[in-house]
Amino acid sequence: MINAETKYLIIGGSHAGLSAAEAIRQYDYDGKISIVNKEDLLPYSPTVLPYIISDKVTIDQVCLRNTDYFKRNNIDYKTNKQVQELDIDKNLLTMKDGEEVKYNKLLIASGASPSAPPIEGLSDVPYHVLRTFDDARKIKEAMSSVQSCIVLGAGLIGLHAAENMVKAGINVTIIEKLEQVLPGYFDNQAAGIIQTVMEESGVRLITRKSVVKVSYTNSKYTLFLDDGSEVQTELLIVATGVKTCLDFCQNSSLETQDGILVNDLMRTNVDNIWAAGDVAQAKDFFGQEKVLNGILPDAVEQGYIAGMSMSEDPAINPYLGGIAMNTYTFFGNRSFTVGLSNPPVNDNQYQIDILYSPASLRFQKFIFYKDKIVGCSAINIEIDPGIIRQIIKRQIELGQTKRKFVSYPQETGRILMSNLWQ
Amino acid sequence: MLEKAYQTISFDSKKCNGCNKCVEACAIVKSNSSDLVHSRIQILKDDQTGEYKTILCRQCADPQCVKTCPAKALSKNEETGVVEWDSTKCVGCLLCTLACPYAGISFNIKTNEVMKCDLCGGDPECVKACEPRALKFRNEATLYNKYGELEDLYVSGLSACLGCNAELLIRHTLRYLGPETVVATPPGCIGGVGGVGVNGKTGTKVPSFFPLLTNIASMLAGARRYYNRIGRDVTMLALAGDGGTVDVGFQSLSGAAERNEQMIYICIDNEGYMNTGVQRSGSTPYGSWTTTTPVGTVLRGKSSDAKPLPMIMIMHNCQYVATATMAYLDDYYRKLEKAYQASKKGMAYLHIFSPCQTGWRFPPNTLIEVERKAVETNMFPLWEYSHEKRSLRFTYPVDNPLPVYEYLKLVGKYKHLDEAQINHIQETTNNNIELLHKYIREDGVQSDQARTGDRELVSNY
Repeated sequence: MINAETKYLIIGGSHAGLSAAEAIRQYDYDGKISIVNKEDLLPYSPTVLPYIISDKVTIDQVCLRNTDYFKRNNIDYKTNKQVQELDIDKNLLTMKDGEEVKYNKLLIASGASPSAPPIEGLSDVPYHVLRTFDDARKIKEAMSSVQSCIVLGAGLIGLHAAENMVKAGINVTIIEKLEQVLPGYFDNQAAGIIQTVMEESGVRLITRKSVVKVSYTNSKYTLFLDDGSEVQTELLIVATGVKTCLDFCQNSSLETQDGILVNDLMRTNVDNIWAAGDVAQAKDFFGQEKVLNGILPDAVEQGYIAGMSMSEDPAINPYLGGIAMNTYTFFGNRSFTVGLSNPPVNDNQYQIDILYSPASLRFQKFIFYKDKIVGCSAINIEIDPGIIRQIIKRQIELGQTKRKFVSYPQETGRILMSNLWQ
Repeated sequence: MLEKAYQTISFDSKKCNGCNKCVEACAIVKSNSSDLVHSRIQILKDDQTGEYKTILCRQCADPQCVKTCPAKALSKNEETGVVEWDSTKCVGCLLCTLACPYAGISFNIKTNEVMKCDLCGGDPECVKACEPRALKFRNEATLYNKYGELEDLYVSGLSACLGCNAELLIRHTLRYLGPETVVATPPGCIGGVGGVGVNGKTGTKVPSFFPLLTNIASMLAGARRYYNRIGRDVTMLALAGDGGTVDVGFQSLSGAAERNEQMIYICIDNEGYMNTGVQRSGSTPYGSWTTTTPVGTVLRGKSSDAKPLPMIMIMHNCQYVATATMAYLDDYYRKLEKAYQASKKGMAYLHIFSPCQTGWRFPPNTLIEVERKAVETNMFPLWEYSHEKRSLRFTYPVDNPLPVYEYLKLVGKYKHLDEAQINHIQETTNNNIELLHKYIREDGVQSDQARTGDRELVSNY
């Protein structure tokens, strides 16, 4: 048993944890910061894994912080540390290898990991997921000896994995239980355009179907769908969703639901414990409930707020709430979405403006609530996602410029932010 | 860690004529073609204001794009300050374009990659191509020296007290207004230190004269009418103390305002007749010690509240009325500009909170802090009133004002105050703010608000 003590202990070395460490250092020059990472690697982003599979970048190139950074900033970065148990009363974190770390303040930024859908036989077969570098390495290895692949789930990970397969010349089929790709991010018209591109690029897409059973013999998988049909494949990737990594909190007094519940300063119900990133369940920008928002820019923001709160930085501003957002590039096309993709049902105070041009693969949708933008999604449009995000966040009333905005969103948006940047 | 000021591109929209030569230059140097889509800088015209805006990477000190990039393709170069993009590491996820609030990094539809300004390695082409010199390449630290670059029209060697606020004010004011100005300086500190002249030599490079303390505004009115008659547009400027404005010069000021005479009347409010030995004026606040409101066993400083002259001037239908103080210099310059424009049409009145370390008894090096606290306690709120909009606007709204004691404790002339007196001051302060709010029209055109970002900004991005 090795005992260690630290002032700021951060579980997790991805975006939220690193952002928090940065925020703490900005204000607290000396306080000891320790980051524990379950993997044996320098920090990297799960977002780049599809590009590691396709060999566009290597794991060393995309290292988010190197040892020199940790040394300069006096941060103790420990790898291969999986959390076993959290003792809130003693301020003690016990690792699986037996090490006990005592902390003054704790940030849980342990993220989320792939969840297994309720498919009979799944736990008995070897299948792939894509969340860590190790997962990516294994997929890459497997790809070299297969000609077919099935991906379960048409979320961002599933779609990226499918694109990897197509580019490697592997026949790929996506099976999605809902009626469109990327539900929750795009509406069905936009999703339709994305689907068209996927299919024309060689991805076979099966929607509105679930897999009920899977078996594996002689290196082949057989999947039984809910309509009675069967499909076979040599490579199975499951990307149906993630669940938050909080097993070590289950027996503690930490309040959790889908994730660890936090307030607007990322603080949990325990005074000296914060949570940020994919593991945190925090205020929703648009609604009343607390939600999970597993988005990179959001993890960075939450982590920063948590760090400022932990170090008692007086310049802190509270979290305004999670906004769904993402950029998605696919087969040479580009798209993004910020905010709501559909207005709430039965509320006619929302106005929608849509430009739908499937022949030219273009789509632009604005959702307005009174004079404010509450949602925007676009495919292959000249527009600045970051500016739209600011307009939504700042709840800017567009007034007269609304009409001009939908016609010339890039120009109007740029002038608006140029005026507001002070 | 960022420890120094970097070289940066500055843009003066007033000089820009929209010629787009900067855009062309950038496109050529970055792509060897004249296709403007490759330009990292864009010039757009804001139709509402007619102003040109530049869309360009700001090389932020706290770059959100760098924090968001999952591939470490973006980084802040600590030597040059440039936010650098490494195309060999970029995976094309476009998350940076979602992070940047300014379109500083954007997608190039021809190259199918993102692009951003890199300052051309230290010799930006856009700056070289700009004929009207709207774009300049300069050190960040000099951006705030713009006032220092203007010519000081007061002579050096004025004999003001160490830490005199008025000297700071008059030098900045004349720097801004320039040589086509006539200055009326009534008897008081400014004349006293040689601001009009001494030993037969003038104290300014512009015509300046002593009116009487009682007729400042009417003398300026006459001078202006004469210049108008001979077809010359010369700014009339009064640099008057509170004594000459609030007390003995009030009737001529009131008349000039009512007649809408063209001038900028600046009241330098040091809350008393300082030059003649710290006597009380109508502008001296309740509780102040002065030589004519002494502190003894019975009398405890001034027993009446000050006359709220700025509010009174609103009622005079002046073209423009504003309060300002040197601790908020940018705010003052903005108001000075508006006053200057307004003075072409009629009366512009500026009331400046001007603490006097000699008369008020505080250490000279705390002058700016005294001013700041006055604003932060709402004892001297910063606002402007425009006749055109018929509405008042707080230019520095204080959401959570400090208790007045935080200001009073810094100033020696208040050191005798007892609790009842402090409570009285707090009440009067609260009351004044409420009264000022009544001048805000709900339907008043508040167009400035959105443009100066009064709305709370999210800083963690």
